[in-house]
Amino acid sequence: MELPRYHRLRGPYYRLEGRACPGCSRRFFPPRSVCPSCKSGGLRPFAFCGRATLYSWSHVLQPARGFASMAPYTVGMVRLEEGPLVSAQLADADGVELAVGMPLEMVTRKIRDADEHGYIVYGYKFRPLLMATRPRP
Amino acid sequence: MRDVSVIGVGQTPVGEHWDRSLRDLAVEAIAEARRDAGVDRVDALYVGNMLSGELAGQENVATLVADAAGLLPKEALKIEAACASGGAVLRAAYLAVACGAHDYVLAVGVEKMTDVLTDGVTAALALAADADYEAAHGITFAALNAILMRRYMHEHRASHEDFAPFSINAHRNAALNPRAMYRQPITVEDFIRSPIVADPINILDSAGISDGAAALLVCPASEARRARRPPVRITGSACATDTLGLAERTDPLVWQAVADSARLACGQAKLKPKDIDLFELHDAFTIVSVLSLEACGFADRGSALKLAAEGRIALEGDIPICTLGGLKGRGHPVGASGTYQLVETALQLRGEAGPAQVKGASIGMAQSVGGSGSVAVTHILQV
Repeated sequence: MELPRYHRLRGPYYRLEGRACPGCSRRFFPPRSVCPSCKSGGLRPFAFCGRATLYSWSHVLQPARGFASMAPYTVGMVRLEEGPLVSAQLADADGVELAVGMPLEMVTRKIRDADEHGYIVYGYKFRPLLMATRPRP
Repeated sequence: MRDVSVIGVGQTPVGEHWDRSLRDLAVEAIAEARRDAGVDRVDALYVGNMLSGELAGQENVATLVADAAGLLPKEALKIEAACASGGAVLRAAYLAVACGAHDYVLAVGVEKMTDVLTDGVTAALALAADADYEAAHGITFAALNAILMRRYMHEHRASHEDFAPFSINAHRNAALNPRAMYRQPITVEDFIRSPIVADPINILDSAGISDGAAALLVCPASEARRARRPPVRITGSACATDTLGLAERTDPLVWQAVADSARLACGQAKLKPKDIDLFELHDAFTIVSVLSLEACGFADRGSALKLAAEGRIALEGDIPICTLGGLKGRGHPVGASGTYQLVETALQLRGEAGPAQVKGASIGMAQSVGGSGSVAVTHILQV
């Protein structure tokens, strides 16, 4: 990923910063400039809390270039507590029996292999809540 | 607006053409379409292509093709709409003729994919997804469709095996098409045992990487009798869009752009889905066939698997799909697939589909989808 692009993405990638519509109060992640519902502009920054539930997932066995060292890895779509669905990698999912609706939380992790620019891209992933993956005492 | 007809079609075999370039493939398809029409005149050339920059290191590809095909100094433009580029290029040609800007326009779809290794092609295809919020996270196209498929299976209590009839139908029909890439019939057991790409999606759920080009020559319907072969009228042409990111939809299992483009095209042709004799849909993955049939009104939500299980999608069924193999059986040279669908639909309506002929077909629908349902182009052809 090009450095200026990575720099532009640091709000959403590190802090799950999206936007909220002042007109209809819908929240968006990724950030948008115009609300697709009520067409208002002037959307305001909104930080999501990072709690989510699992909508669906897949284990990727045929990775794209830049992800070979991580394969097989798990990706999914998660429903943020505030509403939006988000596509992301799932972390710490090895050996965990995943299920639709299971609770997740955002963590910041390495997103891909270091590319030709040499730096590592970090960003959000979602992991199963520890409480949800441990057997009850 | 003038009525527009397809007067000539051409296509290369789909396959791994190690000894042929993008240029060679496009020139062959164009030459065949012009011979088929028996008309020399070409006023403009539109080239449908998705990945020439990424896979061949070549942009300005419309000029390249015009030059190679001997069409200089005519207007030549590249039309790109991800995997819907092949549908979009006929739409561009249709609009140019319908509005009177040009009379004879060639639409060629071409893609050359096999020069690059699979991880490079996987990364290139992901360019149709959201670069910052899907592709940059390692979420491949197969993975996006796998996420959809697992959710569909969850909501409708379906098993992976329930999707097998789509792949079996595509291979059965491809076996009847000499231009198709995968001409071997397959069984349910083959489908179940196929290696996983991104679970639950396996190789036999997925249309294969391939090379190919297909071309159509269009002109005003009033002049179509000049052609050597029976003209095929374009009675509906529509394009619709949805969010680039799959997760940004209210319900990712509702493919609204697919639904909208089909509704608009049917409306223009004054037809309903039940009037359609055959449907060339965008079966890049089996789940896409399911969501497309449901979005276009051929099946209620959650019931497309039943439609396939009952054999209604077969050549002798009431809504035959992928009649010459579809993307799965014919092969999926991405930017060319939409033009292959349209060439095949025209051949069906001309009664020239050989052993894969749908008997009495007079109305065909071809639908090309780009991204994960983010752009769809639908055409209705009639004789």
